[in-house]
Amino acid sequence: MHRDEIPPGTLYLLILKTLARSGELHGYEIANSIQQISDDVLQVEEGSLYPALQRMLIKGWVTAAWGTTAGNRRARYYQLTAAGRKQLTVELSQFQRVIGAVTRVVEAV
Amino acid sequence: MNWMRELARRLSMLTHRRQFDTDLEEEIRLHLELRQQQQIEHGLDPDHAQTAARRRFGNVTSLKEKSRSAWGWEWFEQLVEDMRYALRMLRKSPGFTAVAVLTLALGIGANTALFSVVNGVLLNPLPYRNSEQVVTLADWFPGYGEGSASYLDFLDWVRLNHTFSSLAAYRHDTFNLTGQGDAEQVTAMDVSASFFPLLSADPVLGRNFSSAEDQLGGPPAVILSGGYWKTKFGSSPDVLGKPLNLDGTDYTVVGVAPENFYFCCSSTGFRLSDVYVTIGASKDLPVRDRHMISIRAVGRMNQGVTLAQARADMDSVARSLGAAYPDTAKDTGIVVTPLQQVMVRDVRPFLLVLLAAVGFVLLIACVNVANLLLARSTGRGREFAIRTALGASRGRVIRQLLTESVLLAVAGGALGLLLASWGTRAALAALPGALPRANDVQLNPRVLLFTLAISLAAGVLFGLAPALKTSRPDLHGTLKEGGRGSSGARYRTQNIFVIVEMALAVVLLIGAGLTIRTLVGLWIASPGFDPHNVFSFRVGLPPSIGNADANTVRASLRQLTEKIAAVPGVSAVSLTTGAKPLDHESGLIFWREGRPKPPNEVSMPYALWYRVGPDYLKVMKIPLLRGRFLTTQDDANSTGVCVIDENFAQKFFGNEDPIGKRLNFTLVYNQPLQIVGIVGHVKQYGLDETSDAPMQAQFYMSPLQLPDDQLKTWAMPGFVIRTEGSPNAFAGAVRDALREFNSKAVLYQPETMDSVVARSLASRRFAMILLAVFAALALVLASIGIYGVVSYIAGQRAHEIGLRIALGAQRSHVLKLVLGQGARLALLGVLFGLAAAAGLTRLMTTILYGVSATDPLTFSAVAIVLTLVALVACYIPARRAMRVDPIVALRHD
Repeated sequence: MHRDEIPPGTLYLLILKTLARSGELHGYEIANSIQQISDDVLQVEEGSLYPALQRMLIKGWVTAAWGTTAGNRRARYYQLTAAGRKQLTVELSQFQRVIGAVTRVVEAV
Repeated sequence: MNWMRELARRLSMLTHRRQFDTDLEEEIRLHLELRQQQQIEHGLDPDHAQTAARRRFGNVTSLKEKSRSAWGWEWFEQLVEDMRYALRMLRKSPGFTAVAVLTLALGIGANTALFSVVNGVLLNPLPYRNSEQVVTLADWFPGYGEGSASYLDFLDWVRLNHTFSSLAAYRHDTFNLTGQGDAEQVTAMDVSASFFPLLSADPVLGRNFSSAEDQLGGPPAVILSGGYWKTKFGSSPDVLGKPLNLDGTDYTVVGVAPENFYFCCSSTGFRLSDVYVTIGASKDLPVRDRHMISIRAVGRMNQGVTLAQARADMDSVARSLGAAYPDTAKDTGIVVTPLQQVMVRDVRPFLLVLLAAVGFVLLIACVNVANLLLARSTGRGREFAIRTALGASRGRVIRQLLTESVLLAVAGGALGLLLASWGTRAALAALPGALPRANDVQLNPRVLLFTLAISLAAGVLFGLAPALKTSRPDLHGTLKEGGRGSSGARYRTQNIFVIVEMALAVVLLIGAGLTIRTLVGLWIASPGFDPHNVFSFRVGLPPSIGNADANTVRASLRQLTEKIAAVPGVSAVSLTTGAKPLDHESGLIFWREGRPKPPNEVSMPYALWYRVGPDYLKVMKIPLLRGRFLTTQDDANSTGVCVIDENFAQKFFGNEDPIGKRLNFTLVYNQPLQIVGIVGHVKQYGLDETSDAPMQAQFYMSPLQLPDDQLKTWAMPGFVIRTEGSPNAFAGAVRDALREFNSKAVLYQPETMDSVVARSLASRRFAMILLAVFAALALVLASIGIYGVVSYIAGQRAHEIGLRIALGAQRSHVLKLVLGQGARLALLGVLFGLAAAAGLTRLMTTILYGVSATDPLTFSAVAIVLTLVALVACYIPARRAMRVDPIVALRHD
């Protein structure tokens, strides 16, 4: 099955949106969630989630806390903060603007 | 605010780095295991599942790196890593580390010590509120320059000025304190009531003077200095309201000044006063007479008033005084100077020269350590070649090396700080009175910051050249050659270093040499009298004598003189009041009889006024050039006579014969005095007196011929005696003689004239000693430097030298070869140094006296000494090279 690389710069948006939808998730769940919802089209290089999550921690968009998985294992759960929610709307409108522009260019005859 | 929270998060990560690593580790492991689990569920066997999980995850190590580096602490971690590595390297070669740290400690320590002095004396603001508003005011007389002012003029300054919020007069005074244990002399200042408030010194106990106390006839009041209160009264608060008997008058203690209160001006030495009394209440004649100048003043300018405005204002005050009192004030001016400038005027040039000198010492220390590093780094060439080959960038290698050198410098700085705090204390204790504001010299944050800054700068400075050189290794060559160098060009940096430090040492040695020549010159220069075996003191007379009528005073003085003359071992005695060489000034205006009287006092010439006994010339060994000196016959009943010095004769009589001519001193004598003799000139203002000193002409009179009203206040006459043998032993015998004369007579200020002379040179001596120390340090460091480099190069060339010897070279040739190389460097350094010194010593002319800034003797002596020292330093490695065993050297590698 062919999987597309995620467009550059949208990784934050994907993580923010995923967390906004699902509340608390750990890294593996975030990766899976992005893949499943995109019907396996968007393939995150799973490891790259982690540096991105660190940067988001620094920015204060997410917080992390250790919890226990269903399988009774320790996992770090990420949660959106108020600043993260605000960032999501910013990223989203930015994304839509870009996508809109690209679409117009591509569809112009 | 956001960035602050972000910074807080970053910092918390920094402090929890280990936790961060294990957390990330665990997180990633979980991810990989869950993915593997999922793959197994999809039907893969565990091994393949693991591989698949890893493939989907990406490069774990690099992702961990990225996660960490996101926090931006990479540089810090590298720094820690570099430091750890540097520490390990330094520990591995303790000899090198010790030498380098010690060298730097000396350089940085000397700089820190001197900076703490400069900081305390020159840079720190004076300890007064808004101290930049505080100025001193002095009179200015045409043909004389700056001088004291009359108190009555001062009162007019207060009345007429528009730019000062407050003015205070002050003058130095001494009192005879009785009724508090043994009678003693106290140093005092007569001040205006506004003095302490103006200098923002609130009393720690009691109150300031009231304006009523600052009036003639006001209640006598005294304020104790904090120090005197402590030593004399044990800081007892009971002292308030108690009477203090000063010169026979009871003064009520109204307050105590803070212990750290500090006020002094250059002309007074750096002595602090014991007590303060009001000047306005003084019954002293000079305070009531516009002709008598005795006070100086401090002023606080109004908020927002500039120095220029204050000066303009006082100029117009001076003009109106000149119009109102043409006799005393015509064409005079008022000099306004910032107080800080006045206080440090005398020492500023010394300190600046010393600061430059000490900077040179640090430079030499840096060059030395750079040389050491360079020699070491050649040995480490392989290490860095390997690191570079393994992919370390050049910047990374430089950073690593700089970390090492900065670490060395900081260690040197820390040790230097210890040396400095110890050295400053020792130097100030050993040379008291050499500096004003010595109390303000301390290691404060600014000094610490300075030390840190120069340590870091030094670290980078001496680390950079070796680092740049080392980090550009000829990879191929070094690895192949096994680290052994051969080409001559590689020593170029070392050679330049040696030349530079020799040149620096030359400049320092010449600076020190010139200062030493100045001081030696001053020491052997005659001050016009012979200070050896002269003992000087004052006698506190009880009020029963001091306040008696003129004839009783005269008789007492004569008796007293006889009593002292009778002390065994005293070969001559003289009363001395008024001006005293190197100690005290007193001047009087005059005009020649038979010439038109000048229109006013201001335009009259003045001369230094010595009131002395007939044996003064014998005591001081001043030569009598013509005529006769004063005799015992010159008393109140005979014609008034005076004796002038050669300068007086030269200036006012030229080719005429002054003897027999008469001078008018109308301020003091109703009758003119006849000149009966000419004596040699005495250097009143110090051994370094120059011909532009204010009063050059001098004259002598007998105190017994003073008019009656001048003899009223004679509480404390001074004496000088010539002694057989050391004058130090005479204090006891003189004290006994005084007691015999009158049980209440007290001996004050006993000192030898030698110590008076030494005191007048204190600041110069301070500068000379420090300069000499710095120069010695420079000489030692520079010799170590040239020794190190020459032995290093000789060691590196052992192979070549062995070969030469094996091929038949004479051993003396080898000696010449190595020695010649060192000598060439030394000579080049000396040449550059001489050239630099010729340019730089010009900047220190202000502290030189009697020696030219380009004194050929000093220059050539330093050149020879330094060349010789350098040759000795090179001789040791040269001899070693000469003895190289060719077999050992050739087999070595």
